[in-house]
Order: sequence, then C-alpha cells, then structure tokens
Amino acid sequence: MDRSPSKLSFQTDWQYAPAPESIDHVRVNERYDLFIDGEFVAPAAGGYFDTINPASEKVLARVAQADATDVERAVQAASRAYQDVWSGMKPAERGKYIYRIARALQERAREFAVIESLDGGKPIRESRDIDIPLSSAHFFYYAGWADKLEYAFPGRRAKPLGVAAQIVPWNFPLLMAAWKIAPALACGNTVVLKPAETTPLTALKLAELMQDVGLPPGVVNILTGAGATGAALVAHPGIAKVAFTGSTEVGRLIQKSLAGTDKRYTLELGGKAANIIFADAAIDQAVEGIINGIFFNQGHVCCAGSRLLVQESVADEVISKLKDRMETLIVGDPLDKNTDIGAINSAQQLATIESYLAMGRAEGAQLYQTSASLPEQGYWCRPTLFTGVSQSNRVVQEEIFGPVLAIQTFRTAAEALDKANNTPYGLSGGVWTDKGAKIFKLTQGIRAGVIWANTFNKFDPTAPFGGYKESGVGREGGLHGLTPYVELG
Amino acid sequence: MTAPAAAAVAPGFPDLDRIPRVDQVGVEERVARLCARSIKKDSKVAALQLALSMIDLTTLEGQDTPGKVRQLCQKAMHLHSALPDLPRVAAVCVYPSMVQVARQSLAGTAIRVCSVATAFPSGQTSLDIKLKDVCLAVDSGADEVDMVISRGAFLRGDHAYVFDEISAIKEACGAAHLKVILETGELGTLDRVRRASVLAMHAGADFIKTSTGKIQPAATMPVTLVMLQAIRDFYHATDRRVGMKPAGGISKAKQAIQYLVMLRETLGQAWLTPGLFRFGASSLANDVLMQIEKQLTGAYQSADYFSKD
Repeated sequence: MDRSPSKLSFQTDWQYAPAPESIDHVRVNERYDLFIDGEFVAPAAGGYFDTINPASEKVLARVAQADATDVERAVQAASRAYQDVWSGMKPAERGKYIYRIARALQERAREFAVIESLDGGKPIRESRDIDIPLSSAHFFYYAGWADKLEYAFPGRRAKPLGVAAQIVPWNFPLLMAAWKIAPALACGNTVVLKPAETTPLTALKLAELMQDVGLPPGVVNILTGAGATGAALVAHPGIAKVAFTGSTEVGRLIQKSLAGTDKRYTLELGGKAANIIFADAAIDQAVEGIINGIFFNQGHVCCAGSRLLVQESVADEVISKLKDRMETLIVGDPLDKNTDIGAINSAQQLATIESYLAMGRAEGAQLYQTSASLPEQGYWCRPTLFTGVSQSNRVVQEEIFGPVLAIQTFRTAAEALDKANNTPYGLSGGVWTDKGAKIFKLTQGIRAGVIWANTFNKFDPTAPFGGYKESGVGREGGLHGLTPYVELG
Repeated sequence: MTAPAAAAVAPGFPDLDRIPRVDQVGVEERVARLCARSIKKDSKVAALQLALSMIDLTTLEGQDTPGKVRQLCQKAMHLHSALPDLPRVAAVCVYPSMVQVARQSLAGTAIRVCSVATAFPSGQTSLDIKLKDVCLAVDSGADEVDMVISRGAFLRGDHAYVFDEISAIKEACGAAHLKVILETGELGTLDRVRRASVLAMHAGADFIKTSTGKIQPAATMPVTLVMLQAIRDFYHATDRRVGMKPAGGISKAKQAIQYLVMLRETLGQAWLTPGLFRFGASSLANDVLMQIEKQLTGAYQSADYFSKD
C-alpha cells in the first residue's frame, strides 16, 4: 500500500499519569556480606563496593568484594556440602528443597521484581511479568527432574559432577542465576555463584531465601565481586564444572584458563540475531515482534533481534510502522508500570552504546531516534534505528547490547539466509511469514541455537537455549540443560 | 464535534491481494500488553470524561416505545445532575421508527441522532428495502446511519456485492454519516475482519463498527485492534480519517479506558475525539459516571444514585 506523508501524532492531550510501583514492602540492607556455608560472612580482605541504581545514579547498597581467600572458603564449603549432604541425599528430597525455593520465590515475587528493577534498571513490567515468574518456573521445572533422571537418560546412570562455578551477567540477574542453580541442584551438584558486579542484589536476596527455606549450608554459595573474583573461581582446582553467561570476550578467557583441565564448561555468549520479515508476513504483528526483539530489556539481551532483514517490497511500510510504534514506547523510571524501556544498566554500557551510535554515523548509516523525553539523572538511550547499512558496517557485525536496531533489506529467501548466517555469532533468529513451508525451510538453514517463527524472545524452562559459533557451547534449559551437570555411566 | 475528513468520492474497489495478513496470536499479545497500561488519577479522570463524550447511548429493542426513547434522550441530556461539568454523550442510537421522537427530544442540543438501518441486525432483505430503510431514517432526521453488511455474501466471497451495497447505501445517506457494522462475531477470523474493514472504508464508510450487539461475541479488543490498524493504513494510503465504533459488550469503565489506550497507541491524537471514536453501549455510561464520582469523592456510590433510563 502506498504510504503518503499522512502522519500520526502520538503527542496526545491525554497523557498517562505516573504509575509508580510501591517500594514500601522492599527491604534492601545497607551492606551485604558474602554467602558462604549458609551464613553471611565478611570478606577476608574487608573490601566492599557500591551497587547503584542506574536510573538515579544513587547508591543502593555496599556489597562485599570476594578475593581468592573467599573463593577458597566458598569452594571448600561447597565441596563439603556436596560430599556430606547433597550428592547422597535421596533425589526426591533434593527435589523438595528446589520446589521450596520455587514457591518462596513466587511468594516474594513483588519484592524481587522491585529490587531487580532498582538494581538493574529494567522496567517493572518486565521484571514483574517475565524475570521473576520465569525464574520461579525454572526452579519448578528442574525440581521435577530431581528424582526422574533415570527417565531423562534411559539406560544410563546419571551421577553429579561436584562443585559448579556459575558466573552470571547483569542483564537478567536473577533469571540467569535460576537457569544455572536449578539444574545443578537437581542433578546433585553444589554451587558457587558469582552475580555480576553491577547487579548483585537479587542474588543476595536469593541467598536470604535459601536460608529461609532451610537449604543445607554450603549447597549454594554466593560470592560478589568483579572479574578477578570470577577468574579466581574458574581457576580453582576444586571446581568440576563452569557455567558462564556473558560476553564472548570473557568467554574466550574462561575457555583459555580451562584448557588442559578436566573441568566441564558451558558458555552462553553474545549474539547478533537476524530477524527476517517476509512480504507475506502479518506485518503489524511482525512490527510488534521487531519491537519485542530489540527493545526488550533495553536491548541488553544476548539473543536480541538486533539485525532486521526485511523483504524489499514491504521495507518502507515496515520501517514507517516501526517508527510509529516506537513513538509510543515510554522511556523512563523503571519502577513506573507504564515504562517500556528503562535505564541502561551502567555508565560503562551507556558509553559503549554511544560509541556505536557515533561509529554508525561515521560509517555513513542513517540514525533515527524517537522523540521520547529522557530523565535528567541516570543512564538512558532512546530507541534507535540504523538504516542504510550493509554487512560490512560494524553496527551490523558487532553486538551493541543496547536498544539499537540495524535494518537491511533483501529480495530472495536465499539472500536473507546468506545475510543471516554471515556473522560470527549464532545464538538466535526469527522468521516472519504466513507460509508454514517457508518457516521450515528457513529455520533449517539458519545456524543458530534458538529460532522463533512469527514471534520473538519467548522463553520457557522446557526449551533448550544456547548458541552456535562464537555464541557459545552447551545448552541450558529443558532436558538438554541437565546434560552439563551429570556424568553418565 | 468535527466531522471525519471524508472526501466526496470514495477510493473505489480495493486490491484485496494487498491486504496484510493478521496473526491472531500476535494480536492477542499486543492487546494484553496494551491492557497492562496502568491509568491512574488525573489521567483516569480525563479518560473517563473522554469515554463519556464518545458514547452512543443505545436502545435497540423490539419493545422500544416513544416513551422509552424520550427517557433515553432525557438521560443523554442530563447524565448525572450531581456532577454539573460532565461532557455530553455523542449520540442517541435508535431504530428508524424512533428517529423522529429522538430528533424532537434532542432538539437544540449538540447530541446527534443515530439510527440503525438496512434490516438491522440480520440485513436479510433486498437492497431495495435496505435503501428504503435508510431513507426512512435520514428523512426522519437521523444524523448518522449504522448499516449492517451482508455477511452471507461476504462469507461466500462475493466481495463486489458487499462493496456495491455499501456504496449504494452511502449514497442514500446523503449528508448523514455512515457507520458500517461488520458484525465481526459472524466473520470467524481476524483476517476476514481486516478484509471487511478495507471493503467498507473503500466503499465510503465514515466509521466502521464491530457489532450489532445482537450476536456474541460482540466487540472485543483483538477485533477492534485489527480494525484500528486497518483505519491507520487506510489513512496513510488515502489521507482519509475513518472513525471506529466498538459496540456491544463494553459495559465497564475499565474496559472503556483499555479501548482508549489502544486507540491512543494505534492512531494517536487525531482520533481521540467523538468525531472519530464511539462506544456503542447502553449500560457503560452509568459505570463511567460511578467511576468519575469515585475519583472525585473517593467513595463508590450505590447504583441507585445513578438514573437508569
């Protein structure tokens, strides 16, 4: 359909009043220690660092900085718990503990959601509707497997590995912790978990929850700190398995440090997913899928649909509809129930995103941003599009990890597939078409771990998740997610 | 109340192959997200007042009498005397036989008289009789005519018949505004809703309307979203603003606010007016009044304090 200059205006007389989620029910301590052997203990070297609210730049709490001595204590505690309690416990009993964690998380969902939004900047709509319920769902799902491993691996004997070192990123702090802790515990392993430096609070609240549900001491230990803490943890000889989610750069370092050891590892790294829109797609719903693909969680999503490939004949229509839809995205206070896009997680990440915006412009790409007003304090980025880009642009090649979408067009399915696969990454992808046969043909050709058809960024505990190529090794979630945590006899 | 920017000549029969597909799952997800908007305080009062101004107060019963219609008109003019600064409803909607009564009762007010026509609600008669029905309504003083499409012809695939019928009725309406009822509850799929919307707009509809209220389901949010998106695309293609009227099943203020959120985020400022959006409803007004009262006084009042006409 021809698109004349008729413009819609979303600057309306009728505006939404602020609708802030209450924070009265939330308790955040001024200072958090390390969670080792079921107790909160001060770090050996006595160091603490600030965790701030990226929407206000105010300090939320002081958090302990774990060093090699603390790592030693935590791994020892986890080893003792593994040998004395957890690995020998009746599987059904282990399952009961995990169910209890799932239920407790469900009961305290509101508090966890608010803290996740305070510490990480994500909109309460997402922490409330996605992060926390999905975290709880992962515990429920793997609790069910605890006493059914013989059915997961028929004819084999599944034995636990030992102590798992788990390092999680700042984009989905609690959810990634749940993805990692739940299958580890279900299979009989114990855990030392390190949350990201900028978002440690929900992991520490989870530690409190572990105490409250009476999980035996040492089964889950939580160490806060920066990269050095993670490196010491990965290098510790008492570790049997490493599970890491984060950047490809750090993933490489971990792989190097594990070379020559018998430690198992799974790495879930970066991505630069192609979201492919065919002319015969349901266009309005595809536009919504593009929005969910790239603006979910401020674009801080490893499987974000950050490259849009749209068939030439509908490109103008899709881009114009996308711009209209983007105008209705509300950027601001993460705790406002109407906020669509919250704060960028840290000053550092904002600087990274801004350097890509400058780079894209310098490379000759056209940049489009919405007219959303931004708060004065805090770290913010307007929803952004780059058009006029090609496969050789760095904003098309590299993971920006922000609300920035690079748009290219294609004519044939073969061209779309070539472009989709022409990337060092292979975590996810999306295909939009009304033709079922095309869905099957395309999805078989895309080299990525997760592919969505006529939807995007959908997660479920039963579905395996993981990447090809530089997006990582191993799978988390579903039946596949048990494999990295068992030795099969 | 501004009239829709409809030019004299409709754009002609549409290219049905170019009508975008609709994915029901995606539509329902979008609706769920729109319904998650939290509308509070000033914003809520403003929405309630806007909703009130968009209501087509309706009575479409076989048992309607001139007395009943006069009562409804009285209600339209005096919604709730305890709150003097309320907006007025947009229109009173009746059968053709009651148009004269409504016209007389509403004389001197800005409230419009709306009449259903074309063998409402089934439409099961000849075009000739439908045109006479429209003429009766218009000659009796109706400002707006709500017609039903021939669902039988549409479902059979005879799009040209439906298009021609709407065009003929549009012509018979003269200066009166034409609202085309798709009766989406009988269309079965959202793809058909979209197709019927496009046909109606191309044939000259000033408004497209979901339902007669006599068939279930009547107005739903997914159906309304698809129609609003069709209106948006038609606007981009032709520069003509067509109005939207969900009707039937919207009886609560909260629902009305959700519809307004959907309208705001799909079509924006220009459509947030009774000139381009209406609620076809009989019991919505009192619930909206009750909520306005609650916002102003902080307490819910008994339904007995709100007149039912």
